[in-house]
Amino acid sequence: MRDIIFNVFILLTVIPCFWVALSSNIVHAAFSLLVTLFGIAGLYVLLGADFIGVVQVIVYIGGILVLIIFGVMMTQRGKLLPLSIQLPGKVFAAVLTGVILVALLLASTRSLWPVAAVVGEPQPTSAAIGDLLLGKYLIPFEIASVLLLAALVGAVLIVRRSVRGE
Amino acid sequence: MPYSLPSFLIVSSLLFCLGMYTVLTRRNAIGILMGIELVLNGAGLNFVAFSRFLESSQTTNLLGGQVFTLFIIAVAAAEVAVALAIVLSLYSRMKTIDVEEFKQLQG
Repeated sequence: MRDIIFNVFILLTVIPCFWVALSSNIVHAAFSLLVTLFGIAGLYVLLGADFIGVVQVIVYIGGILVLIIFGVMMTQRGKLLPLSIQLPGKVFAAVLTGVILVALLLASTRSLWPVAAVVGEPQPTSAAIGDLLLGKYLIPFEIASVLLLAALVGAVLIVRRSVRGE
Repeated sequence: MPYSLPSFLIVSSLLFCLGMYTVLTRRNAIGILMGIELVLNGAGLNFVAFSRFLESSQTTNLLGGQVFTLFIIAVAAAEVAVALAIVLSLYSRMKTIDVEEFKQLQG
């Protein structure tokens, strides 16, 4: 049963991902990205990472993707541009990506990972992650919050200057 | 595919490579952003998969991988906010988001 659900989520992740990369319509690409991100949230839950799965849905689908779709809507006026580069560059990119993909696949299937003999039942993770964030990882946590504040102020400043400056 | 570590690694390799292909081939700035999101998600999936499947000793549990993924998500949120601000700013200045049109700095 778990294998079936696992494979469904893999398909839900990988197939729209091709659409994100290859579609000639930016809106289709954005909505395919939505399905991909949802599939990844499902994979997180199957990995026993309940907290990360929920954060993925809230932050990526509820935040980042909505921002991206807003960006698409606000920049689509005027002439329609080709979405991708021309053919020779595409072939180069495909070859480069293919070589890296083959290397990654070989590395991930042939390596002898120190895998645990018995993978235990998933445990609730929220409390343990909270302890880690306010204990062992306190300084990265604080730096991340300063980064978010800086990004917030920076984004407002960049857009405001461009609107007022014209 | 069976529910095992290599399956997750294969999925995240595919995500990474498709994201990289998107970044390399898109001319639309927002399309490039979508590629970056795919790459970051591939990395995050790897961290969580390793934290689930690798051997853990008595003293350390492997939740560090999940915490790292949380940081990746936070950084991705900050990155996309700033990047979209830059894209909108460029759009209001140049009336396009085609990255091949932005060549004032070429000299």
